[in-house]
Amino acid sequence: MSVTIPAPRSQRIDPKYKRGPKSRSSFEMLAWLFMRLSGVALIVLIFGHLISNLIVGDGINAISFGFVAGKWADPIWQFWDLAMLWLAMLHGTNGVRTIINDYAEKHSTRAWLKGILYVATIFIVVLGTLVIFTFDPCVAGSTLPQC
Amino acid sequence: MSKTSSGTLYRGHEGMWSWVGHRVTGVVIFLYLLVHVLDTALVRVDANAYNAVISTYQTPWMALGETGLVAAILFHAFNGLRLILVDFWKQGTKYQRQMLWGVMILWVVVFAGFAIRHLSLAFGGH
Ligand code: HEM
Repeated sequence: MSVTIPAPRSQRIDPKYKRGPKSRSSFEMLAWLFMRLSGVALIVLIFGHLISNLIVGDGINAISFGFVAGKWADPIWQFWDLAMLWLAMLHGTNGVRTIINDYAEKHSTRAWLKGILYVATIFIVVLGTLVIFTFDPCVAGSTLPQC
Repeated sequence: MSKTSSGTLYRGHEGMWSWVGHRVTGVVIFLYLLVHVLDTALVRVDANAYNAVISTYQTPWMALGETGLVAAILFHAFNGLRLILVDFWKQGTKYQRQMLWGVMILWVVVFAGFAIRHLSLAFGGH
Protein backbone atom coordinates (compact mmCIF):
# COMPACT_ATOMS: atom_id res chain seq x y z
CA MET A 1 0.00 0.00 0.00
CA SER A 2 1.46 3.33 -0.96
CA VAL A 3 0.86 6.69 0.60
CA THR A 4 0.67 9.82 -1.50
CA ILE A 5 1.95 12.88 0.20
CA PRO A 6 0.66 16.03 -1.48
CA ALA A 7 3.09 18.81 -2.29
CA PRO A 8 3.16 21.45 0.44
CA ARG A 9 0.77 24.28 -0.24
CA SER A 10 1.55 26.42 2.76
CA GLN A 11 2.98 29.88 2.06
CA ARG A 12 3.99 30.22 5.69
CA ILE A 13 7.50 31.45 6.44
CA ASP A 14 8.81 30.52 9.87
CA PRO A 15 8.51 33.71 11.97
CA LYS A 16 12.16 33.45 12.99
CA TYR A 17 13.13 34.37 9.43
CA LYS A 18 10.95 37.46 9.52
CA ARG A 19 12.11 40.72 11.03
CA GLY A 20 9.41 43.12 10.00
CA PRO A 21 6.22 43.50 8.04
CA LYS A 22 6.56 42.63 4.37
CA SER A 23 7.27 45.67 2.28
CA ARG A 24 6.06 46.35 -1.23
CA SER A 25 8.58 49.12 -1.85
CA SER A 26 11.31 48.64 -4.43
CA PHE A 27 13.91 50.41 -2.29
CA GLU A 28 16.03 47.29 -1.68
CA MET A 29 16.09 46.44 -5.37
CA LEU A 30 17.14 49.98 -6.28
CA ALA A 31 19.83 49.86 -3.59
CA TRP A 32 21.09 46.58 -5.04
CA LEU A 33 21.23 48.13 -8.52
CA PHE A 34 22.92 51.27 -7.18
CA MET A 35 25.71 49.17 -5.59
CA ARG A 36 26.53 47.75 -9.03
CA LEU A 37 26.26 50.97 -11.05
CA SER A 38 28.21 53.03 -8.49
CA GLY A 39 30.80 50.23 -8.26
CA VAL A 40 31.56 50.49 -11.98
CA ALA A 41 31.79 54.31 -11.80
CA LEU A 42 33.98 54.14 -8.68
CA ILE A 43 36.55 51.97 -10.46
CA VAL A 44 37.14 54.77 -12.96
CA LEU A 45 36.98 57.55 -10.33
CA ILE A 46 39.21 55.88 -7.73
CA PHE A 47 41.78 54.55 -10.19
CA GLY A 48 42.04 58.03 -11.75
CA HIS A 49 42.42 59.54 -8.27
CA LEU A 50 45.20 57.12 -7.27
CA ILE A 51 47.05 57.51 -10.56
CA SER A 52 47.00 61.31 -10.56
CA ASN A 53 47.87 61.64 -6.84
CA LEU A 54 50.22 58.73 -6.14
CA ILE A 55 51.64 57.38 -9.41
CA VAL A 56 52.50 60.21 -11.80
CA GLY A 57 55.24 62.78 -11.16
CA ASP A 58 56.61 62.70 -7.62
CA GLY A 59 53.58 60.82 -6.27
CA ILE A 60 53.00 61.13 -2.54
CA ASN A 61 56.02 63.44 -2.13
CA ALA A 62 54.38 66.10 -4.33
CA ILE A 63 51.16 66.40 -2.32
CA SER A 64 50.75 69.69 -0.48
CA PHE A 65 48.31 72.58 -0.19
CA GLY A 66 49.60 73.92 -3.50
CA PHE A 67 48.99 70.56 -5.20
CA VAL A 68 45.35 70.56 -4.07
CA ALA A 69 44.91 74.19 -5.14
CA GLY A 70 46.31 73.32 -8.58
CA LYS A 71 43.90 70.42 -9.01
CA TRP A 72 40.82 72.33 -7.90
CA ALA A 73 41.64 75.24 -10.19
CA ASP A 74 40.35 72.84 -12.85
CA PRO A 75 36.56 72.33 -12.80
CA ILE A 76 37.02 68.80 -14.16
CA TRP A 77 38.88 67.72 -11.01
CA GLN A 78 36.32 69.51 -8.84
CA PHE A 79 33.58 67.52 -10.50
CA TRP A 80 35.66 64.31 -10.35
CA ASP A 81 36.22 64.65 -6.61
CA LEU A 82 32.60 65.61 -5.96
CA ALA A 83 31.29 62.58 -7.85
CA MET A 84 33.78 60.32 -6.06
CA LEU A 85 32.79 61.73 -2.64
CA TRP A 86 29.07 61.25 -3.19
CA LEU A 87 29.21 57.85 -4.88
CA ALA A 88 31.77 56.36 -2.48
CA MET A 89 29.91 57.65 0.59
CA LEU A 90 26.51 56.41 -0.60
CA HIS A 91 27.95 53.06 -1.75
CA GLY A 92 29.88 52.60 1.50
CA THR A 93 26.94 53.70 3.66
CA ASN A 94 24.58 51.33 1.91
CA GLY A 95 27.12 48.51 2.26
CA VAL A 96 27.55 49.14 6.00
CA ARG A 97 23.74 49.35 6.35
CA THR A 98 23.52 45.84 4.89
CA ILE A 99 26.16 44.61 7.31
CA ILE A 100 24.33 46.15 10.31
CA ASN A 101 21.10 44.48 9.17
CA ASP A 102 22.95 41.17 8.94
CA TYR A 103 24.61 41.15 12.34
CA ALA A 104 22.63 43.34 14.73
CA GLU A 105 19.72 41.10 15.67
CA LYS A 106 17.99 43.35 18.20
CA HIS A 107 15.69 45.96 16.70
CA SER A 108 16.91 48.79 18.94
CA THR A 109 20.58 47.98 18.30
CA ARG A 110 19.97 48.06 14.55
CA ALA A 111 18.14 51.36 14.77
CA TRP A 112 20.90 52.96 16.85
CA LEU A 113 23.75 51.76 14.68
CA LYS A 114 22.03 52.91 11.50
CA GLY A 115 21.19 56.26 13.08
CA ILE A 116 24.86 56.83 13.94
CA LEU A 117 25.84 55.71 10.43
CA TYR A 118 23.45 58.14 8.71
CA VAL A 119 24.50 61.08 10.88
CA ALA A 120 28.17 60.40 10.08
CA THR A 121 27.38 60.06 6.37
CA ILE A 122 25.44 63.33 6.16
CA PHE A 123 28.16 65.15 8.09
CA ILE A 124 30.99 63.87 5.86
CA VAL A 125 29.12 64.41 2.57
CA VAL A 126 28.09 67.98 3.50
CA LEU A 127 31.56 68.83 4.82
CA GLY A 128 33.34 67.41 1.75
CA THR A 129 30.97 69.16 -0.66
CA LEU A 130 31.45 72.51 1.08
CA VAL A 131 35.25 72.09 1.04
CA ILE A 132 35.26 71.49 -2.72
CA PHE A 133 32.91 74.39 -3.54
CA THR A 134 34.22 76.99 -1.11
CA PHE A 135 37.92 76.22 -1.58
CA ASP A 136 40.05 79.37 -1.19
CA PRO A 137 43.61 79.27 -2.57
CA CYS A 138 44.44 82.25 -0.30
CA VAL A 139 43.26 80.69 2.97
CA ALA A 140 45.30 81.41 6.14
CA GLY A 141 48.91 80.22 5.80
CA SER A 142 48.82 80.03 1.99
CA THR A 143 52.11 80.99 0.29
CA LEU A 144 50.80 80.74 -3.28
CA PRO A 145 52.11 83.57 -5.53
CA GLN A 146 48.68 85.02 -6.34
CA CYS A 147 47.96 85.82 -2.67
CA MET B 1 19.77 26.56 9.19
CA SER B 2 21.56 25.27 12.23
CA LYS B 3 24.56 27.30 13.25
CA THR B 4 26.72 24.17 13.44
CA SER B 5 25.87 22.71 10.03
CA SER B 6 28.68 22.17 7.60
CA GLY B 7 29.42 20.48 4.34
CA THR B 8 27.44 22.76 2.10
CA LEU B 9 28.67 23.63 -1.39
CA TYR B 10 29.42 27.17 -0.31
CA ARG B 11 30.58 27.19 3.27
CA GLY B 12 34.35 27.11 3.76
CA HIS B 13 35.07 27.26 0.03
CA GLU B 14 36.51 30.06 -2.16
CA GLY B 15 33.09 31.63 -2.61
CA MET B 16 32.71 32.19 1.12
CA TRP B 17 36.21 33.57 1.58
CA SER B 18 35.85 36.00 -1.31
CA TRP B 19 32.63 37.22 0.35
CA VAL B 20 34.39 37.64 3.70
CA GLY B 21 37.22 39.51 1.97
CA HIS B 22 34.80 41.75 0.10
CA ARG B 23 32.96 42.61 3.32
CA VAL B 24 36.08 43.31 5.40
CA THR B 25 37.74 45.43 2.69
CA GLY B 26 34.47 47.37 2.17
CA VAL B 27 34.31 48.36 5.84
CA VAL B 28 38.03 49.21 6.03
CA ILE B 29 37.81 51.46 2.94
CA PHE B 30 34.69 53.16 4.30
CA LEU B 31 36.35 53.95 7.65
CA TYR B 32 39.41 55.30 5.87
CA LEU B 33 37.20 57.45 3.63
CA LEU B 34 35.65 59.14 6.69
CA VAL B 35 39.12 60.06 7.99
CA HIS B 36 40.38 61.06 4.55
CA VAL B 37 37.58 63.60 4.00
CA LEU B 38 38.31 65.06 7.45
CA ASP B 39 42.06 65.46 6.82
CA THR B 40 41.45 66.95 3.36
CA ALA B 41 38.96 69.41 4.91
CA LEU B 42 41.98 71.09 6.53
CA VAL B 43 42.68 72.80 3.18
CA ARG B 44 39.69 75.00 4.04
CA VAL B 45 41.11 75.90 7.48
CA ASP B 46 44.84 76.53 7.18
CA ALA B 47 47.40 75.67 4.50
CA ASN B 48 50.12 74.92 7.06
CA ALA B 49 47.86 72.62 9.08
CA TYR B 50 47.08 70.66 5.89
CA ASN B 51 50.75 70.43 4.94
CA ALA B 52 51.64 69.23 8.44
CA VAL B 53 49.09 66.39 8.30
CA ILE B 54 50.04 65.43 4.74
CA SER B 55 53.71 65.27 5.67
CA THR B 56 52.86 62.45 8.10
CA TYR B 57 51.36 60.57 5.13
CA GLN B 58 54.78 60.89 3.49
CA THR B 59 56.63 58.95 6.20
CA PRO B 60 57.62 55.31 5.55
CA TRP B 61 55.23 53.85 8.15
CA MET B 62 52.24 55.67 6.72
CA ALA B 63 53.37 54.69 3.21
CA LEU B 64 53.15 51.04 4.31
CA GLY B 65 49.64 51.71 5.62
CA GLU B 66 48.63 53.38 2.35
CA THR B 67 50.01 50.39 0.46
CA GLY B 68 47.83 48.08 2.57
CA LEU B 69 44.82 50.30 1.94
CA VAL B 70 45.40 50.21 -1.82
CA ALA B 71 45.68 46.41 -1.59
CA ALA B 72 42.20 46.40 0.01
CA ILE B 73 40.76 48.78 -2.61
CA LEU B 74 42.18 46.75 -5.50
CA PHE B 75 40.74 43.47 -4.15
CA HIS B 76 37.34 45.07 -3.49
CA ALA B 77 37.29 46.69 -6.94
CA PHE B 78 38.27 43.58 -8.94
CA ASN B 79 36.11 41.23 -6.89
CA GLY B 80 33.26 43.76 -7.16
CA LEU B 81 33.48 43.45 -10.95
CA ARG B 82 33.33 39.67 -10.54
CA LEU B 83 30.17 39.99 -8.42
CA ILE B 84 28.60 42.20 -11.08
CA LEU B 85 29.44 39.61 -13.75
CA VAL B 86 28.00 36.80 -11.58
CA ASP B 87 24.74 38.79 -11.35
CA PHE B 88 24.43 40.09 -14.92
CA TRP B 89 26.34 37.70 -17.18
CA LYS B 90 24.49 34.53 -18.17
CA GLN B 91 27.51 32.30 -17.62
CA GLY B 92 28.51 34.23 -14.48
CA THR B 93 27.63 31.63 -11.85
CA LYS B 94 29.23 28.87 -13.91
CA TYR B 95 32.57 30.68 -14.13
CA GLN B 96 32.61 32.38 -10.71
CA ARG B 97 35.55 30.23 -9.53
CA GLN B 98 37.61 30.90 -12.64
CA MET B 99 36.79 34.57 -12.33
CA LEU B 100 38.03 34.53 -8.74
CA TRP B 101 41.37 33.26 -10.03
CA GLY B 102 41.33 36.08 -12.57
CA VAL B 103 40.66 38.53 -9.74
CA MET B 104 43.59 37.18 -7.71
CA ILE B 105 46.02 37.28 -10.67
CA LEU B 106 44.99 40.81 -11.65
CA TRP B 107 45.20 41.85 -8.00
CA VAL B 108 48.77 40.51 -7.55
CA VAL B 109 49.99 42.14 -10.78
CA VAL B 110 48.42 45.57 -10.25
CA PHE B 111 49.26 45.60 -6.55
CA ALA B 112 52.91 44.71 -7.21
CA GLY B 113 53.12 47.59 -9.67
CA PHE B 114 51.60 50.02 -7.21
CA ALA B 115 53.67 48.84 -4.23
CA ILE B 116 56.98 49.13 -6.11
CA ARG B 117 56.17 52.65 -7.31
CA HIS B 118 54.70 53.97 -4.07
CA LEU B 119 57.24 52.46 -1.66
CA SER B 120 60.22 53.51 -3.75
CA LEU B 121 58.86 57.08 -3.77
CA ALA B 122 58.20 57.06 -0.03
CA PHE B 123 61.43 55.30 1.02
CA GLY B 124 63.62 56.79 -1.70
CA GLY B 125 63.18 60.26 -0.27
CA HIS B 126 63.19 62.98 -2.90
C1 HEM C 1 36.37 50.47 -6.58
C2 HEM C 1 35.17 50.20 -7.04
C3 HEM C 1 34.15 49.41 -6.25
C4 HEM C 1 33.42 48.36 -6.75
C5 HEM C 1 33.51 47.78 -8.16
C6 HEM C 1 32.55 47.91 -5.69
C7 HEM C 1 31.61 46.90 -5.85
C8 HEM C 1 30.80 46.42 -4.85
C9 HEM C 1 29.77 45.43 -5.02
C10 HEM C 1 29.36 44.79 -6.35
C11 HEM C 1 29.23 45.19 -3.80
C12 HEM C 1 28.17 44.14 -3.46
C13 HEM C 1 26.86 44.72 -3.09
C14 HEM C 1 25.87 43.62 -2.75
O1 HEM C 1 26.25 42.54 -2.27
O2 HEM C 1 24.67 43.87 -3.00
C15 HEM C 1 29.92 46.02 -2.84
C16 HEM C 1 29.68 46.04 -1.48
C17 HEM C 1 30.29 46.90 -0.59
N1 HEM C 1 31.17 47.92 -0.90
FE1 HEM C 1 31.94 48.29 -2.71
N2 HEM C 1 32.76 48.65 -4.57
C18 HEM C 1 33.72 49.60 -4.86
C19 HEM C 1 34.19 50.58 -3.99
C20 HEM C 1 33.84 50.71 -2.65
C21 HEM C 1 34.27 51.80 -1.77
C22 HEM C 1 35.13 52.97 -2.18
C23 HEM C 1 33.74 51.52 -0.53
C24 HEM C 1 33.85 52.30 0.75
C25 HEM C 1 33.62 53.59 0.84
C26 HEM C 1 32.98 50.28 -0.63
C27 HEM C 1 32.30 49.69 0.41
C28 HEM C 1 31.48 48.59 0.29
C29 HEM C 1 30.80 47.94 1.39
C30 HEM C 1 30.88 48.34 2.88
C31 HEM C 1 30.05 46.89 0.84
C32 HEM C 1 29.13 45.90 1.58
C33 HEM C 1 29.78 44.55 1.71
C34 HEM C 1 28.80 43.47 2.11
O3 HEM C 1 27.59 43.70 2.17
O4 HEM C 1 29.29 42.38 2.38
N3 HEM C 1 33.07 49.82 -1.93
N4 HEM C 1 30.88 46.77 -3.51
